[in-house]
Amino acid sequence: MSKILVIAEHDGSKLNPATAKCVACASAIPGADISVLVLAASAGAVAAQAANIAGVARVLTLENAVFAQALAATIAPAVVGATGDHTHIFGPSTTFGKDLMPRIAALLGAPQISDLMAVESATRFKRPIYAGNAIVTVECAADSKVVATVRVASFEAAGAASAAAPIEALQLSVELPTHTRFVAVTAARSDRPDLQTAARVVSGGRALGSAENFKILYSLADKMGAAVGASRAAVDAGYAANEMQVGQTGKIIAPELYMAFGISGAIQHLTGIKDARTIVAINKDPEAPIFEVADFGLVGDLFQIVPELEKQLGQKA
Amino acid sequence: MKRILVAIKRVVDYNVRIRVKPDGTGVITDGVKMSINPFDEIALEEALRIKEKGQAEEVVAVSIGPADCQQQLRTALAMGADRALHVQTDAVIEPLDAARIFKSLADREQALLAILGKQAIDDDCNQTGQMLAALWNRPQATFASKVEINGDKALVTREVDAGLETLEIDLPAVITADLRLNEPRYVKLPDIMKAKKKPLETLDLAAVGVTPAERLRAVKFDPPAQRSKGVMVKDVQELVEALKRRGLA
Repeated sequence: MSKILVIAEHDGSKLNPATAKCVACASAIPGADISVLVLAASAGAVAAQAANIAGVARVLTLENAVFAQALAATIAPAVVGATGDHTHIFGPSTTFGKDLMPRIAALLGAPQISDLMAVESATRFKRPIYAGNAIVTVECAADSKVVATVRVASFEAAGAASAAAPIEALQLSVELPTHTRFVAVTAARSDRPDLQTAARVVSGGRALGSAENFKILYSLADKMGAAVGASRAAVDAGYAANEMQVGQTGKIIAPELYMAFGISGAIQHLTGIKDARTIVAINKDPEAPIFEVADFGLVGDLFQIVPELEKQLGQKA
Repeated sequence: MKRILVAIKRVVDYNVRIRVKPDGTGVITDGVKMSINPFDEIALEEALRIKEKGQAEEVVAVSIGPADCQQQLRTALAMGADRALHVQTDAVIEPLDAARIFKSLADREQALLAILGKQAIDDDCNQTGQMLAALWNRPQATFASKVEINGDKALVTREVDAGLETLEIDLPAVITADLRLNEPRYVKLPDIMKAKKKPLETLDLAAVGVTPAERLRAVKFDPPAQRSKGVMVKDVQELVEALKRRGLA
């Protein structure tokens, strides 16, 4: 039997939707017995949410004031102490998971599968390499633990459980390092949906020309109830914040609708959107590579098209 | 001596279009252009800037892999690294073993900092820096977009999903470089000539005490599923109608 430990990502009160996607991935392993581990200053609220995800057999909690911030250096040894006889340790392939999971893997002496996108068996998995230009199937040894970051865009979130799973508090058994200290986090405050999980995303490229011009996309996004993303070129040029970057080294997303405005479609960008259900591309260059992957393409000036779209799209669905 | 170790991985150049071999045994790398992993170039640039501010005394470029890696190490020396270490092997080195090798070298060199690219653009693993920090039992500041060294501490700003996070870390430590940390300098011809005289030491795996293991066997390589090209619409109205038919407007 495969015993899978999913490390919950949360902000102290709310479970990140990426966790339910990790559970869905874990559920694809035959005979999976799934535990979710919540590390928090106070785990109650998050643990209750995790207990309500279908497929979760139990929720384990580790409470300590230092877990108020998700620092890999402090969390990793605590996770390792709680690993027990779990065979698979999964986390999301968000910046939280990408930072944390390799530290856990190294402490366990285990290999890590980054961006796990499909489960073939308890020991065989698929993952993208070369910015998604190739998919490799990897096999790990049955007698070794394996760590993975789950490519959240590849999995539909597990649904709600019919009955809540039991919650069990664990005692911290290891000493935690103090060499890494949280100072601050600055986030662009936004009332818009989270880019990683939004059903609709409106995204802009270098053709927007300035941060000021990006406002036309915010306005359209607000009308549509969409999140706003950006290409690397737009972020590098300072038109959009770093956390808005979509692509190989930014966020990999799978919305129902992705609308790309003035994005030419470098392969590194396409990597981030190819699981979107519907892709719309608007670009003045009819040869832009983005049109090769778009379901609907429109050649034209985005500064005319965006306001017109906003007018015609009416209300959010 | 205050020393910075920088990882230099030899990878298929950023601009090469990758194709899977028809028999599914790998990707085509014969005859393609090879370069320093772009994130490692950023890591090296940051190390050089720290040294130029007088906060470090030596920058050591490290590469693991076949003999050809020396080309990338020479480029690193031309950029400004003081010397290079080449751990020569033809074996497949997984991130955990790469981290073990770096740990061994960090001990040997008494490194103050190890700066690595956040990920290599070939395997896209994004693991080695974090694994090194774990094995070294030192802080990690991944996905760095700003680094300030203050004596025996560093303030590092990280690009995270929520925005920008700042950590204070005790040195020695591991930092992994994100895209916007800096813009790497161009190499000038005289520097290439000078680099030929800089020390480049070759080590074998026995010298770093690591026996590599294949923990993840690559069974098969496939091309990604292709999205089919859709339709071009002539105006906004046609686009909105198309979206309505899909229930998206």
